[in-house]
Amino acid sequence: MKQTAAQRALIAALAWGVALLLFFPILWMVLTSFKSEVAAIATPPQLLFEPTLESYAEVQSRAEYLRFALNSVVVSLGGTLLALAFAVPAAYSMAFHPTERTRGTLLWMLSTKMLPPVGVLVPIYLLFRTVGALDTRTGLVVIYALMNLPILVWMLFTFFKEVPKEILEAGRMDGARTGGEFWHLLLPLTLPGIASTGLLSLILCWNEAFWSLNLTSSEAAPLTAFIASFSSPQGLFFAKLSAASTMAVAPILVFGWLSQRQLVRGLTFGAVK
Amino acid sequence: MATVTLRDIRKSYGAFEAIKGIDLDVADRELVVFVGPSGCGKSTLLRMIAGLEEITDGELAIDGKRVNETGPADRGLAMVFQSYALYPHMTVRQNMGFALRMAGVPRAERDRKVEEAARILQLGTYLDRRPKELSGGQRQRVAIGRAIVRNPKVFLFDEPLSNLDAALRGQMRVELTRLHEELNATMIYVTHDQVEAMTLADKIVVLQAGRVEQVGSPLELYHHPANVFVAGFIGSPRMNLLPGTAAVANGTGVEVDLDAGGPRVTVPSQAAGAASGRAVTLGIRPEALRPDANGPLYGEVKLAERLGGLTLLHVGLAGGQNVIVQIEGSAPTRAHEPIRLAVDGAACHVFDAEGQALPALRRNPLAA
Ligand SMILES: Nc1ncnc2c1ncn2[C@@H]1O[C@H](COP(=O)(O)OP(=O)(O)OP(=O)(O)O)[C@@H](O)[C@H]1O
Ligand SMILES: [Mg+2]
Repeated sequence: MKQTAAQRALIAALAWGVALLLFFPILWMVLTSFKSEVAAIATPPQLLFEPTLESYAEVQSRAEYLRFALNSVVVSLGGTLLALAFAVPAAYSMAFHPTERTRGTLLWMLSTKMLPPVGVLVPIYLLFRTVGALDTRTGLVVIYALMNLPILVWMLFTFFKEVPKEILEAGRMDGARTGGEFWHLLLPLTLPGIASTGLLSLILCWNEAFWSLNLTSSEAAPLTAFIASFSSPQGLFFAKLSAASTMAVAPILVFGWLSQRQLVRGLTFGAVK
Repeated sequence: MATVTLRDIRKSYGAFEAIKGIDLDVADRELVVFVGPSGCGKSTLLRMIAGLEEITDGELAIDGKRVNETGPADRGLAMVFQSYALYPHMTVRQNMGFALRMAGVPRAERDRKVEEAARILQLGTYLDRRPKELSGGQRQRVAIGRAIVRNPKVFLFDEPLSNLDAALRGQMRVELTRLHEELNATMIYVTHDQVEAMTLADKIVVLQAGRVEQVGSPLELYHHPANVFVAGFIGSPRMNLLPGTAAVANGTGVEVDLDAGGPRVTVPSQAAGAASGRAVTLGIRPEALRPDANGPLYGEVKLAERLGGLTLLHVGLAGGQNVIVQIEGSAPTRAHEPIRLAVDGAACHVFDAEGQALPALRRNPLAA
């Protein structure tokens, strides 16, 4: 079907509309972070204002941004690596050595994501307290890995499924054992998929707030807790809150932007043959 | 030195038995072809030999040693897949050298062997390309090269030519024959194409529904099919199978009355098992029929296929059956003309009511 110029313009306008709608809160947050507290709550909202860095200075003087950021990095990376370490073998066996129950197992794994996390908060809190994992990075790493495991297994499963079975069989005939088969054939063939799975996991971990707020207090608190610390105690200070939020999301936004090509390639991957 | 022995090999998928007890001996340096209709279990059998499919029951031995429990990596066999299954992220050189790399062969020796194989297969100029930059025929040669480089005990082929066009298929068939001679290796080859089976094989194994119908040399299967199935499967165009009744059976052969009418056809088959009056099937190869103005069979030409060197006449007999007649050269016969046919009884086959062939009185000298 050939599109007329008018149709193309309409589609472009719609696309821009949706993009702006999605982007607007972020834009507003960034703008607000450069306002004074007074300007931030002015009605009607000001689009033009005198930018100031006072909120950033205030935020920096009240909390150690870098400590939180370091926790975020460690916990996100750790959670992602730990989850991949389990998800890759699981997806491998499900994709290449399936049984009648494989589909069911996958669905069941995914269905655990439908359970609201609050439902298991108390048991997990008690468990963590008993083993001394409260407010530790290790604790968060474990919980993040578990939280994302079903999604990672599912994604990797679909990527692995794309690899023709004969290629691995040819590898086996060529004398490769499970390790060699994985290392020399499956890994290079599905690297884009594995990478985008890892990226998604990183982003999910970075933005996770429920568990980090409930299971950490100071030592292991990541950036989500850093934002939260600016929302409650002394009433709402929108400019400072915005500044904290901007600082918290900036790294992952930059990271996401740098890796977007990889993400898109991975998510639309399937050109093994 | 490499022999393969199958003893009562079986394969079940749940309640479905795909392979129903197969015994077979593949001799050293023999090229054995498994042939049969789609779904008969050729690939399953080959994959069991390869080790890619578990053997439900029976014993598989390579060089006399049981290998049922040995993994594919340790059986020392090489396989060429129908889909080629080249490693898409590796160059031709890396593809062909992969097995040696897995075996820990040093790089220099690896390269030497790869280049040797590339020379045999005329792949020299493509060594640094990736599979997706090759044509179908070239990919096929790389797949074969990957097998050659390893110097395996046995080569396994699963319909390696079925993705190629007819001309290339013919060419590759010749190359494979040459390769078999040059490498002097044991090969097992799966195909559903009886022409490939006839031209390549030292020994053909005809399979149907998980069972062996007959094992023998190409000409043995052609001249002495053991049953109706093999008779119909081997040979192109197919053998004509006409219902009839055994009239006289004695030491000089079996005389058959065709249900379609016409005089008796005397076939030099052993009479045992064909008491007179029993229903039988008469098998006539298309080249055992010829137009003859005084011939006993008559009917109408429905279609004339002119292949140049050969002419195939599709004839509707007066009794209602259809037969195919193969004539050398370009016959002038046209469609919708009446025709009379003579039958060369000496080249016919008689099958009993169960479809088993009555053994011929004299064996064809070429059918060892
Ligand atoms: N994994 C499986 N599960 C159940 N049945 C199977 C499986 N693989 C094969 N079969 C059945 O086993 C039989 C033999 O299959 P196979 O692939 O060996 O046939 P084939 O002779 O190679 O046919 P083709 O010429 O079409 O390749 C078929 O009836 C098929 O449906
Ligand atoms: Mg097959």
